[in-house]
Amino acid sequence: MTIASSSPPSRLPTGGAAEAHSKPMTGRTEAGGTGGDGRLAAVFIAPALLGFLVFLLWPTLRGIYLSFTRFNLLTPAEWVGLDNYVRMVNDPIFWDSLTVTVEYVVINIGVQTVAALAIAVLLQRLTQSAMLRGIVLTPYLMSNVVAGLVWLWILDTQLGIGNEIISAVGIDRIPFLADETWAIPTIALINVWRHVGYTALLLFAGLQAIPNDMYEAARVDGASEWRMFWRITMPLLRPVLAVVLIMTVIGSFQVFDTVAVTTAGGPANATNVLQYYIYGSAFGRFQFGYASAMSVALLIVLSAITILQYRLTRAGRTDLG
Amino acid sequence: MAAVTTTTPTTLRPVRRRFSFGRAAAWTVMGLIVLITLLPFYWILRTALSTNAGLNADPTNPLPVDLTTSGFERALGMQSAEEAVAQGGAGGGLDFWRYLLNSVLVSTLITGCQLFFSAMAAYAFSRLRWRGRDAVFGLFLAGMMVPTIFTLLPNFVLIKQLHLVDTLLGIALPTMFMAPFAVFFLRQFFMNIPREVEEAALLDGAGKVKIFFRVVLPMASTPIVTLGVLTYITSWNDYFWPLMVSYSDSSRVLTVALAIFRAQTPATGVDWSGLMAATLIAALPMLVLFACFARRIVSSIGFTGIK
Repeated sequence: MTIASSSPPSRLPTGGAAEAHSKPMTGRTEAGGTGGDGRLAAVFIAPALLGFLVFLLWPTLRGIYLSFTRFNLLTPAEWVGLDNYVRMVNDPIFWDSLTVTVEYVVINIGVQTVAALAIAVLLQRLTQSAMLRGIVLTPYLMSNVVAGLVWLWILDTQLGIGNEIISAVGIDRIPFLADETWAIPTIALINVWRHVGYTALLLFAGLQAIPNDMYEAARVDGASEWRMFWRITMPLLRPVLAVVLIMTVIGSFQVFDTVAVTTAGGPANATNVLQYYIYGSAFGRFQFGYASAMSVALLIVLSAITILQYRLTRAGRTDLG
Repeated sequence: MAAVTTTTPTTLRPVRRRFSFGRAAAWTVMGLIVLITLLPFYWILRTALSTNAGLNADPTNPLPVDLTTSGFERALGMQSAEEAVAQGGAGGGLDFWRYLLNSVLVSTLITGCQLFFSAMAAYAFSRLRWRGRDAVFGLFLAGMMVPTIFTLLPNFVLIKQLHLVDTLLGIALPTMFMAPFAVFFLRQFFMNIPREVEEAALLDGAGKVKIFFRVVLPMASTPIVTLGVLTYITSWNDYFWPLMVSYSDSSRVLTVALAIFRAQTPATGVDWSGLMAATLIAALPMLVLFACFARRIVSSIGFTGIK
């Protein structure tokens, strides 16, 4: 999923590149007189196109349709117009879950971006060790379920080593996942632990594109590492940073797994993130129409972010991008 | 000569110089990062090798308490119900080998089919000439922008109508045929294969199909393996969709089984030893896979996201 959503659309090659490639083929086509590879292409594209139409395009359209219906899986969907949307706007739990989700995204993305940037810069300026890069990526191999369970244990109020250390230092034990104030920041940080390495490597790739001569020249001029970071690294990395940021925000909005295994939305809805609420509405209460309406709302939020991405990346182009 | 020897090292490793307070601090931070990254893994192992009674009595011991493999036996369903309960576990049966097999089957099916079909599509988009190619490719690209959550509910309805709920095929089907990203990713590589190579094969009398299998696929083996490993990890770790689709042991994958294992353990005294053993078993295959391909993956991550 991360991979699928990790590709910045604005960076995609334009049709121009494809045109250039197809040109030399024209000559041969004329010789063959068949007018392209249409039939073969149809065969080659068929499975992927089938998958695309059936499991991506059709569900998207159907999801929008279902959001205007009352549907419980057992009886046919019944058209109810804007009822689900009216209900959504008047549903305090929906707004709560949206607020909780935004709170999660802000903490998760804020900490993750700063940490990933720090790791990436350290990896570039301090050492280029492939082994260190591998170590940093290890948590990414864990599922969110595994990451959730491990931290649930480490942060356990009674027996967790985290709380043992805290109480050894003389601070009161913190019920990280059982407390309304702590639960969301804790879940956000658990997911930072899992994803920060991947993000760091994306930024690291961006850093690699900055020529070393620039740092050399700056050093000759007597610039400190700190100054080079703000004057060279940050400005030149900005476009990549913008892409990575928006991409991780979109992933972050879809938080579900970690919540499901650690707090299940509790305590008192404190971690009832949007996707968890959608899941509960659909599979707990069988209100597929209402769940679809909330999915549409999420889609609108995410589309707005994608548009923002276009703006940011275009505005932030540099020669090195 | 002297100039060469002095400039080369400085451009290669610009910061490897005298000791400075800043560098020491930076290394300390790096060390801390490695510690935070890896310690949870050790803690899983330490807990899995302890008894629950021991964990209660001595929570801070850095070594396994009452070293035992009992947790692993419980996780793998090798203990009788009475024995499991006596050890602080749940009596409910857990068929871990089955979940492991399910995970392997689903991930292999998704990865194999998705890679192959995506590669075929990528070939059609990059090396074949046909009308409407750019338009269809544009449509695929637009598909990348649809967030996964959005298609999940309607896809579930569809899988249900196809009577594939609670089957492994039902879990695999939506992502089996293609991923827009995989198509895009492979197309990038296929486009970079020199035309001369293809021309030469054509002159030798090879057809386009043969060129795909004999020339294009072998030449792109590195990106295909990288993409394959990342796809495998992603499908292995997927939780939401399998949770929606599977109801019984027959289609339960490891991620879902783990969450259920956790839900089954008594709320008052969680079976941490068994849970961490199960966690380790669930995570181990990906760690091994990563160990085999680490260098390749690490160096191509940048491409997957940025280029």
